[in-house]
Amino acid sequence: MAGRVLLAAGALLALSGCAGWQNMLDTASADSSHVAWLTILFTILLVVIWAAVMVAVFVARRGRPGRELHDPLTIDPGFDRRTGYVVGSLVAATLVVVLVLTGLSYAGQRRLFGPREEAVTIRVTGHQWWWEVRYESQDSSRSFTTANEIHIPVGQPVNFKLNSSDVIHSFWVPSLTGKLDAITGRENQLRVTAERPGVYRGQCAEFCGLQHAHMGILVVAESQEEFERWRDGQIAQARQPEDDERRQGLAAFAAGPCAMCHTIRGTNAGGKIAPDLTHVGSRRYLAAGALPMSRGNLAAWIVDPHSIKPGVNMPTIKLSPDELNAISAYLESLK
Amino acid sequence: MSRRILLLLLVPVLAACQREEREYRANPIASETRETVALTALSPGGNEPVVATSGKGRDYENNAYHLSQGKRLFQWFNCSGCHAPGGGGDIGPPLIDDKWIYGASIEQIVQTIREGRPNGMPSFRGRVPDDQIWQLAAYVRSMSGNVPSDAAPTRADHMHPGPSESRRPVSPPIAGGDVPPGGQAPQ
Ligand code: HEC
Ligand code: HEC
Ligand SMILES: [Cu+2]
Repeated sequence: MAGRVLLAAGALLALSGCAGWQNMLDTASADSSHVAWLTILFTILLVVIWAAVMVAVFVARRGRPGRELHDPLTIDPGFDRRTGYVVGSLVAATLVVVLVLTGLSYAGQRRLFGPREEAVTIRVTGHQWWWEVRYESQDSSRSFTTANEIHIPVGQPVNFKLNSSDVIHSFWVPSLTGKLDAITGRENQLRVTAERPGVYRGQCAEFCGLQHAHMGILVVAESQEEFERWRDGQIAQARQPEDDERRQGLAAFAAGPCAMCHTIRGTNAGGKIAPDLTHVGSRRYLAAGALPMSRGNLAAWIVDPHSIKPGVNMPTIKLSPDELNAISAYLESLK
Repeated sequence: MSRRILLLLLVPVLAACQREEREYRANPIASETRETVALTALSPGGNEPVVATSGKGRDYENNAYHLSQGKRLFQWFNCSGCHAPGGGGDIGPPLIDDKWIYGASIEQIVQTIREGRPNGMPSFRGRVPDDQIWQLAAYVRSMSGNVPSDAAPTRADHMHPGPSESRRPVSPPIAGGDVPPGGQAPQ
């Protein structure tokens, strides 16, 4: 018994872990507030009902001393009527509760998925095991592709168009929105307005293979000016290498297998099947949240991606130490 | 008693695990494998040509993981652009039939991909790691039904004409073949 109590207390402690950058109760948008509010309401209401049922079961089981069991063969219209009332009112109460909760969820859905204005349109494509992010614009010269890190302006409605290139993934940034699946051959839309600046972590929420757990995404909500500055930077082509080491890095990158898969805009590397590396150095994390960005981690990733994300779709490539050094230096400089 | 028999019956199931074995980190990494192959069955003096293969090819052909990776790479590296998405042939010759200009063994196909071929097949040496070349070659063999059907891919990520690779009839290879349209065009 004491062990159980201790366990329950331990579980309570776990709740205090509910702060931080990936938390659906610590909301940063109206949409996730609806969801959080519904969650809390459901939890309280259902706990109350559960407790009431438990109490009723206890009372019924213990019975009242000295009271005889009702003999089912005798006819007692008073007892039948009372039983009828009790059962009838319980059924009615259940119906009311179910209807009210369904209605509230429905209203929440309407608010989440109803038509709204949008300031920024972002196409997010799930891949095993990273996110391709494409900012769409009427003016095609202002459309661009990046990966794993999304920036959005605070207070502006943003429209995410979700899709997948292989299996089903699910886009989930708990502080900003509920989950929505990304499915091949289908476009799901999700609208989000961030209410305060911050860095919010998200996670693929549909099991999609070996590295599902390492398929994170980062949403950076910032002021309009900061967002515009970031967007202009991303639209630009990759900066030219400034010293010999980086020039050598670019040459090794473009000549080797890297260019079969990765694009660096403004160079010959134009592969379309892996994250766009044009501004990889400006991202906070590498490989969908697997490693913090740094020159050392870039080298570690390139030398052996499979020790960091076993089974990942980037092969181990034989490079000389000089090439490795030069490539990591070059990629880090792509701010 | 019957339980023991059941357990015994389960033992052979373990043998099937080989088709699923996954080797993510190719070993030795990305260095070129040496296989001695000949492009013809002729050799002076009526002897067979000198051929020596390591048997590595079988590990790839019998393994479901390698074959399905090969299928994915066939699209990714745009083999499908020249040989058509299903391998039915376009600028490049069909890969689903029984005719082979440059040989049908997995070692010969590895050679074809690595070195390129004169009438328009690019050389992928240094652009695709060796391990992936083997995966591609194994997959090319599965297109004409020349790998075990329990290891061949059974599904595609996208629309797919005709039966899956695991249900293709076996087409025993015939040497020779037609010069592809790419080779007929003035170069
Ligand atoms: C067969 C395709 C392929 C080749 C070849 C390849 N990569 Fe990758 N690379 C990928 C994929 C797929 C990912 C995404 C992995 C993930 O996060 O799941 C990736 C991720 C990366 C990342 C992290 C990107 C990010 O946004 O976090 C870097 C950096 C990178 N690769 C560098 C290289 C370099 C340098 C080379 C050449 C030595 C190379 N890659 C060769 C497929 C490839
Ligand atoms: C630019 C177009 C092109 C691309 C890309 C291409 N091929 Fe080819 N391929 C050809 C042509 C053309 C031939 C015929 C060459 C000849 O007859 O000399 C050929 C021949 C072949 C053959 C030999 C067929 C035989 O009958 O012996 C194989 C196998 C093959 N290609 C596989 C591949 C694979 C695998 C890829 C992807 C890694 C690929 N090809 C990419 C054009 C291409
Ligand atoms: Cu997933």
